[in-house]
Amino acid sequence: MAAIEIAGLTKVFPGNVRALDALDLSIVDGEFFALLGPSGCGKTTLLRTIAGLESATEGTVHIGARNVTALPPGARDVAMVFQDYALFPHMTVEDNIGYPLRIRRQPKASRSAQARGVGSQLGLDGLMARRPAALSGGQQQRVALARAVACHPSVFLFDEPLSNLDARLRLEARTFLKRLQRELGVTTVFVTHDQAEALALADRIAVMEAGRIRQLGTPREVFGKPANTFVANFIGSTPMNLLRAVAVPGGVEISGHPLPVSADLADGEKVTVGIRPEYMNLSVAPGAIPGVVSIVEHLGTSSLVTVDVEGLLVGAVVPEDAEPEPGAQVWLTPAAGRVLVYRDGELVA
Amino acid sequence: MELAKKVVRRILFYVVIGFGTAFFALPVLWLLSAPFDDRPTYAVRPPREFTLGNFQEILDNRYAVGSLVNSTILSVGTMVVVVVAAALAAYALSRARVPGRDGLIYLLLLLSSVVTGTAAMVPIFLLIFQLGLIDSHFGVVLVLSGGLLPAAIFLLKDFIDTIPRSYEESARVFGASPLQILRHVVVPVARPGLATIAVWTIVQVWGSFLTPFILLRDPDKQPAAVLVRTFYTEGGSPNLGLIAAFSFLYSIPVVLMYLLAWSRYGFRFHGGIKS
Amino acid sequence: MPRADTTDAVGLGRSRAVGFVAPALLLIGFFLVFPGVWTLYIGATNFRLTGIAARSPDFVGLDNYRVALGDERFYHSLWLTLLFVFGSAVIGQNGLGFTLAWALRDTRKWLKRTLETLVLLAWILPSSVVAFLWVAMLDRDGGTINELLRTTPGVAWLVEYPLTSIIIFNIWRGTAFSMMLYSAALSSVPPSHLETARLAGASGSQTLRDVVLPYIRRYALTNTLLITLWTFNDFTPFLLTASDPDAEIVAIYIYNKALVAGEMGYSGAISLIVLLINLLLALVYLRVGRRGTR
Repeated sequence: MAAIEIAGLTKVFPGNVRALDALDLSIVDGEFFALLGPSGCGKTTLLRTIAGLESATEGTVHIGARNVTALPPGARDVAMVFQDYALFPHMTVEDNIGYPLRIRRQPKASRSAQARGVGSQLGLDGLMARRPAALSGGQQQRVALARAVACHPSVFLFDEPLSNLDARLRLEARTFLKRLQRELGVTTVFVTHDQAEALALADRIAVMEAGRIRQLGTPREVFGKPANTFVANFIGSTPMNLLRAVAVPGGVEISGHPLPVSADLADGEKVTVGIRPEYMNLSVAPGAIPGVVSIVEHLGTSSLVTVDVEGLLVGAVVPEDAEPEPGAQVWLTPAAGRVLVYRDGELVA
Repeated sequence: MELAKKVVRRILFYVVIGFGTAFFALPVLWLLSAPFDDRPTYAVRPPREFTLGNFQEILDNRYAVGSLVNSTILSVGTMVVVVVAAALAAYALSRARVPGRDGLIYLLLLLSSVVTGTAAMVPIFLLIFQLGLIDSHFGVVLVLSGGLLPAAIFLLKDFIDTIPRSYEESARVFGASPLQILRHVVVPVARPGLATIAVWTIVQVWGSFLTPFILLRDPDKQPAAVLVRTFYTEGGSPNLGLIAAFSFLYSIPVVLMYLLAWSRYGFRFHGGIKS
Repeated sequence: MPRADTTDAVGLGRSRAVGFVAPALLLIGFFLVFPGVWTLYIGATNFRLTGIAARSPDFVGLDNYRVALGDERFYHSLWLTLLFVFGSAVIGQNGLGFTLAWALRDTRKWLKRTLETLVLLAWILPSSVVAFLWVAMLDRDGGTINELLRTTPGVAWLVEYPLTSIIIFNIWRGTAFSMMLYSAALSSVPPSHLETARLAGASGSQTLRDVVLPYIRRYALTNTLLITLWTFNDFTPFLLTASDPDAEIVAIYIYNKALVAGEMGYSGAISLIVLLINLLLALVYLRVGRRGTR
């Protein structure tokens, strides 16, 4: 159980690749923390640097009160679960789970008992004598988790823990993982490129791009108030509408149609307006912005409608019963308080 | 027209297969029939009278059994040297950052195809002579190892490259020391590759003729590879029964090893293509 | 991942890594590289196995090379070797290996397995044994070949056609490697490519020419290079033809000069020339290979 403090962390790879750029980050004790971003953003490098598998070029890492920056991985009291689980193929499930304890020279009997205990906790009864190759993907994942749990570390590090599972299994495993972390209360840092996963699992998220943290906040904050257009674009199952607009007194104008917005803007200023399709109301009755229905994509209990507003394509999500016909004349009205204004990519209001 | 083409293709297929089978089977058939023939001839034919007497002659021959022992000594000895040295080197080359590593490996590989055998016959002979290792098994083991190591390292490194680093990293995060990681994780996982190299080395040495031929003088020290030739080049008409039986015995270990390795691990290495 | 893929996963460290590589490098250095380099030196002396020149050899500079370049027997040997390599390896093993791999690619498992085992057997059996099997096959009076061809009186193949004999022998001996390589290469051709050709109406030979051959070109080149080098330096024919001057390929010529005639210095020079020819061949192949893939 420990908090993680990262100060001024920089990692430069040979060939002058700046994977991490002067990062500052505080992870609270017991938190389920997500590092989210596209590939190449540095999230896995950050995770590996916390683990000690990569050495920092500059900056420090503290786990608990200890400065671990110069310590080898084995001495940091962390446990890491890799994307491919790294289950040793020649060892049984029990030996795999007990491996960290074996390194700590725990006697075989107590090791075995402890491994079985943890295995039971994770629903692996009856599988203890099997080899990893004889397990399903979900079972393998739980063995990897069990191995991490067995050594009672201060910190869990997960590298894309769910991406090797198929879609249905992934959702079940997600719930399982969240419950497990809550029970154990161990500080957990996990890396993912799946924004839905990060939103569902994490207490707080750091959205990264090109070695920097673009936004740090709770899922609600990151979803509801993205700090910049990068985060706005990245978060959300449906892509956020980012529309060019001009500031006018009392609000903004999109293609000549006014929208009331309370933001401190200079008259005539060029801005970008962000409205999630989920917060965009679509109606036949007159509203803020008129347009013609172009494409309708069925999503299940709702549909994503793409509306052509004089060449500008705007998305709106409607409930399944309210699907319009392609070619129909409709009006779009954003929900109150859900209009975000960005100046040069940064959030204004 | 379509049918005619099909028929032609079928015939061609059978001709190729038939020819291939006959071409490759014919010489070997002698090895299966002559050892058991009371009075074998050069030609391939089923034994006129089945006998095991030829094998008895092997025991009576002064050098025969001893040469098989020598072959074993050379094969196993070289295998141990090659597997240990190649495993260590291949692992380090796979995991550590060495500049010019790929170029070095290809160069060594080229060198080993070109330098061993005839082009280096002279200096190898002189080198072993100067070291006082002429007529010693140890000398032969050293020379054969030097020649086989580049290919062994090349093959093994390729294999180790396919082992995910996450195994080692995982163990390292759990606190294992490098030696522990090698012992607990790397060697067990690399076992198929190591076994393949071991078998490959044994087979190479078992059949190796030139190096023992040049470096060993004492007939008591010579391996079976050299002795077989002695049997059919020494004066007088060769004792076909003895040659047949001895060749049969001499060949069996190698064939068995290959079958074992092939059925278990498959033929994985073909200049980089993994099958 | 913007990471070099050679990370020190285990924490080996530089000094330990060097220590790991050391034993192999020492063995290779001593017993492979050093003799190779020494050939350079010996070739410039008049070192002999016996006589005065054995005790205190003189430095003769390029004399040996001068003699070699005028040596009829050497040129004859090179020519024979060229025929041997081209006939048995480049054409023979390559051609037969590919033909078999292509013919077997879709056949029933048992047939494929059986033929592969037979071909492989030719490669696995120790060289002394296979040499004798062919001596027996080619024997004038009792050999199987003569029995099958019903030649009367029998043809002493090894005596009358030594070069042809060793060429056939080497094809038989070495096809396995090419066959296995082409078999693996053929099975790695993406089925979608083959199916595209099939859907476009291409015949078997057209598919072979347009889809398969370009795809395996790289493997064909590697294979040809390897078997060329191996065959060029192959000593095994000695077991069949011994010192027959009509089959005195380069390997046997060096042996005769060095260990039979005892002229170490001269054969050292010859060895270096052979080494250079090999490097030249390798370079030619690499150049051809690189040009093809760009």
